Amino acid sequence: MERMNVNPTRMILTSLKKKLVVATRGHKLLKDKRDELMKQFLELARQNKILRQEVEQKLALVYQNFAIAGAVMSPEFMEEALMFPKQGVILSIGRKNVMSVDVPVFSFEKGEGEGDSGDIYPYGFAATSGELDKAISGLSEVFASMLDLAAMEKEVGLLAEEIEKTRRRVNALEYVMIPKLEVTIKYIKMKLDENERGNQTRLMKVKDMMLEEAIREKKKRDEAILEAYKQQKRQKSS
Amino acid sequence: MYKIGVIGPWDSVSGFKAVGLTAFPVRDSEEAKEILDRIINDNYGILYIVEGLYKDMTQEIEKYKDMRIPAIIPIPGMDGSYGIGRANLKKAVERAVGADILFQNDSEEEGR
Repeated sequence: MERMNVNPTRMILTSLKKKLVVATRGHKLLKDKRDELMKQFLELARQNKILRQEVEQKLALVYQNFAIAGAVMSPEFMEEALMFPKQGVILSIGRKNVMSVDVPVFSFEKGEGEGDSGDIYPYGFAATSGELDKAISGLSEVFASMLDLAAMEKEVGLLAEEIEKTRRRVNALEYVMIPKLEVTIKYIKMKLDENERGNQTRLMKVKDMMLEEAIREKKKRDEAILEAYKQQKRQKSS
Repeated sequence: MYKIGVIGPWDSVSGFKAVGLTAFPVRDSEEAKEILDRIINDNYGILYIVEGLYKDMTQEIEKYKDMRIPAIIPIPGMDGSYGIGRANLKKAVERAVGADILFQNDSEEEGR
């Protein structure tokens, strides 16, 4: 791993060490987040799959009835029958927080359209076929599941996005940021140690030199004293 | 308050009108794209799009995918399911996990 381009000083070493601690902590937290998100996501995806199958099957049935109704009745008549819906749907959207992902929650109320309440069929029974009734009632049944499906699919999509983001962050920390910091810290430590050793040897060398000089001086002094002593002795004997 | 919309061919969406959804009958995917762009900021919480059209307008839908609202959901139309809902789910799983782990069993069964 490439090390960062920094000056090997003690101050930078301290700040890098602090950064490494933060990065490691962040990595652990993000990893936990990713794991938890993944757990919820997989559960949700499994449910979603089942629900979608269910809805698709039910819808296929509804369409079948519609097809039959369409075959029995003329298209103009069908259109006329469905022209003014009796039932209105009001959707309200709440929000749910799943691991800091903002997820919409749908809930609906059946508001009233035109006409009296009680049944959902917006037409008279005289001129329409029974299959149309079946289709409409089937549709209003399947509708609740369709709403759940919509909420669930949106949640799955949003969670998938969040997981992807979190995974990228985890990987960036794990394979780039943290190794880089470690390498750089090691580099600075080595450099500082090297400087320390250099300093030590230099001091030792200086000490040696000073000692040598001292010894030489002492020798000189000793020689001088010895010389003086010898001269004295010669003078006495003569 | 939010509305729910359905975009699709007339024979597929007319029924939804009866249960209180706003139906947008269209003839082809071009028309559907126009409608989608027009109503995207119109307070629709959910937009159901019939799969036969959905498959031709994935690019347009992709733009709105990461928005919180509306949820754009493919539903099978009169002509049956194209398996797009399943494919989307599969894509989401792959995006999150990095590998498909939910539908493996299915494709094996199909392969046999």
